[in-house]
Amino acid sequence: MPKPPDPSRLADTSDLIACASCDAVYRVARPDYGERTVCERCHSVLIAPRRAAGLKIIAVALAAVILIFAAALFPFMAINVAGARNAVSLLDAALAFQGGPLVFVSLVTVALILFIPLARMLLVLYVIAPLVAGRTPARGARTAFRWAEDLRPWSMAEIFAIGCAVSLIKISDLANVSLGPAFWMFAVLVVLVVVQDTFMCRWSVWNALDKATRS
Amino acid sequence: MQMVGMERAGQSHQILSARQMGLVACLRCTRVWPAGTSECGRCGHRLRSRDALSLQRVWAWWLVGVICYIPANLYPMLRTRTLFITSEDTILEGVVELAHHGSYGIALVIFVASVLIPIGKFLAIAFLAISVRRTGRQSTRMRHGLYEVVEYIGRWSMIDVFVVAILSSLVQLKTLASVAPGPASLFFALSVIFTMLSAQSFDSRMIWDLDAKPARKRAHV
Ligand SMILES: [Zn+2]
Ligand SMILES: [Zn+2]
Repeated sequence: MPKPPDPSRLADTSDLIACASCDAVYRVARPDYGERTVCERCHSVLIAPRRAAGLKIIAVALAAVILIFAAALFPFMAINVAGARNAVSLLDAALAFQGGPLVFVSLVTVALILFIPLARMLLVLYVIAPLVAGRTPARGARTAFRWAEDLRPWSMAEIFAIGCAVSLIKISDLANVSLGPAFWMFAVLVVLVVVQDTFMCRWSVWNALDKATRS
Repeated sequence: MQMVGMERAGQSHQILSARQMGLVACLRCTRVWPAGTSECGRCGHRLRSRDALSLQRVWAWWLVGVICYIPANLYPMLRTRTLFITSEDTILEGVVELAHHGSYGIALVIFVASVLIPIGKFLAIAFLAISVRRTGRQSTRMRHGLYEVVEYIGRWSMIDVFVVAILSSLVQLKTLASVAPGPASLFFALSVIFTMLSAQSFDSRMIWDLDAKPARKRAHV
């Protein structure tokens, strides 16, 4: 049976970190840039700082915001069968569910592939930009970062990309499919979203928010 | 990438959980507070050492997820209309159709995303929620691995809904051919959302508590 911890040592808990998956507690040891600390028993990543992560995150988020708008509006795909032609944008595709309750699926699709990725990027910009500029955090920065983290599993651009690939193969022997500019913008966007997540170290952001508020 | 070890917070050589140390951890920002603190001073998240209602929420979302999955398989996912024929395909019929046309690759992708992953996820969540109440023979690490897989893979079921979205917006060639989404798309999307919520409600820290209980001692007796 482990001895109860010495209360005097625990009065200040600010140098402790707990693994969110398994509740193991460690004393914070900051790894070098590019390295990471991992929970010893469940192997969840605890801290993974990157050099100049703030600037990189801002650059990627700005690019992603522009791409999301462009990808939503430009032609995404077009098909051609015996002279009949139809071109659609990403918004058209997302809003394809019509008639009664199916509208709900349209709303969900638009949210999952456009609005939530966009919202996450804007929230991240709102939180990180003042930190990188060395100012005090924007008002509500903590809530904003919480939302950005909560929305993470609901941002499904990369899954939509697989859906595109499947649809392409599915209709390519029935019709002539051509890819519009928005298709390639969306492809880049998917890569950016994935890259963004590798730069983002949750612990480092919270720590920076802490420090910026105290000073 | 190099991994850096961290010093365990307890004085002993055993890894201790926040709960064992009389602390409570914030799930959102990983900050640790003395037990009994109700709100995280750093991020404002509500603190609970273990969420007692977590399993109830898991089962509630799980149940609606399973219920939605039934009509998702009975109703048509896609309505295809060409010059001469109109056909309606459920998820499984769609997979069989694809395989018939020789597109085994996509048939497999859709089958995995729409059948294997959802059913596997229902079973896995049920197993975790049941096993967390008793000390089973399965190792903690295995259960944690299962939980991570479930959390990671559940979202990918949405593929079929997105395929339906793309096909039914793209294939609109007036009289020649058209594709429309069927009611199954709604139930399927709901089922995926509910199972994701179910998995998110699960407090994975409970998996590790079993290790901490004197279960091992009992085994020696
Ligand atoms: Zn852990
Ligand atoms: Zn917190």
